[in-house]
Amino acid sequence: MDPQLLIKLVLLLGLGAIALLILWPGRGARRLALRRISLLLLVACAAVAVVFPQLSNAVATLFGVGRGADLLLYGLVVCFVGYVIATRAHHSRIDIQVTELARAQALAQAVEPGSIHG
Amino acid sequence: MIGPREPTLDNSDTWLVVPLYNESSVIFDVVSEALLTFPKIVCVDDGSTDSSAERAEQAGAYVVRHPINLGQGAALQTGFDYVIRDSTARFAVTFDSDGQHLTADAARMVERLRNEDLDVILGSRFLDNRTSASPMKRAVLKLAIKFTNLTTGVRLSDAHNGLRAFTVEGLARIRIRQNRMAHASEIVAQIGRTRLRYAEEPVHIVYTDYSRSKGQSLWNSVNILVELILK
Repeated sequence: MDPQLLIKLVLLLGLGAIALLILWPGRGARRLALRRISLLLLVACAAVAVVFPQLSNAVATLFGVGRGADLLLYGLVVCFVGYVIATRAHHSRIDIQVTELARAQALAQAVEPGSIHG
Repeated sequence: MIGPREPTLDNSDTWLVVPLYNESSVIFDVVSEALLTFPKIVCVDDGSTDSSAERAEQAGAYVVRHPINLGQGAALQTGFDYVIRDSTARFAVTFDSDGQHLTADAARMVERLRNEDLDVILGSRFLDNRTSASPMKRAVLKLAIKFTNLTTGVRLSDAHNGLRAFTVEGLARIRIRQNRMAHASEIVAQIGRTRLRYAEEPVHIVYTDYSRSKGQSLWNSVNILVELILK
């Protein structure tokens, strides 16, 4: 059996969770709560890893990864991808709002159609 | 004698919608010439950093100014909203600001909307042989058409032509959300979705050195594809 199978599954599940979080149509409150819970979990994991550095090695071995540092790197990659995608989504929402605002302002200041040629 | 293909009305019920971005060297002439055929022109200045808006105003166009640059799609949608405000408006034509479209083509398209039961007429470069484009450009445009036809269910011979004529009823059903370049495909998609009655009209695109230097580079087709897929 592929000795890396377990870590591959875990990482793919992480990426899948990100995809789900992005595509999830749910209402604002649930989405926000989920986002906050996952961030808190991340901070908790980070704190544990700081206090017990040898633990990351043990967990890495458990998943069939060589060293704890590698496991942290993989985790970082998954988090980074999630961050990029979330930021992108946020950015495009802001973009739409700025567009609506600027267009409304432009139309509010425009001369009335028909005012030039009667 | 009135020529058989000349429009007989004064087109006072028709708006030319011209998205405008940094075209100060040509916009005055483009507007002046178009005013001979279309008395109502709205230029949507998309945050130009040159004197484009003033030049358009001097030439006699109505100018709506975006406070910041938003992209051609947004400029078109602002123009549409402006036209719909005018209760006497019956038709609107999207027209490029760089002089590559002919007002005669636009007039013919409006004339067809007057006489035929259609909501929108789209200009096409490929229905006749008047337009000369490089083989590479031709190939990319053909590919774009394939993609658009496949994804929208609308059958066209030219998907990225800036010359389009709408009835106001048709216009009201279009809502452009793609700010940047992908709006051409988006318009086609919405024509398909809202079941507007459409037809194509052969038009001539004047590829001058000027329009070539400003115009769509082939890199833009990559950008369009990315915008369509990633929103």
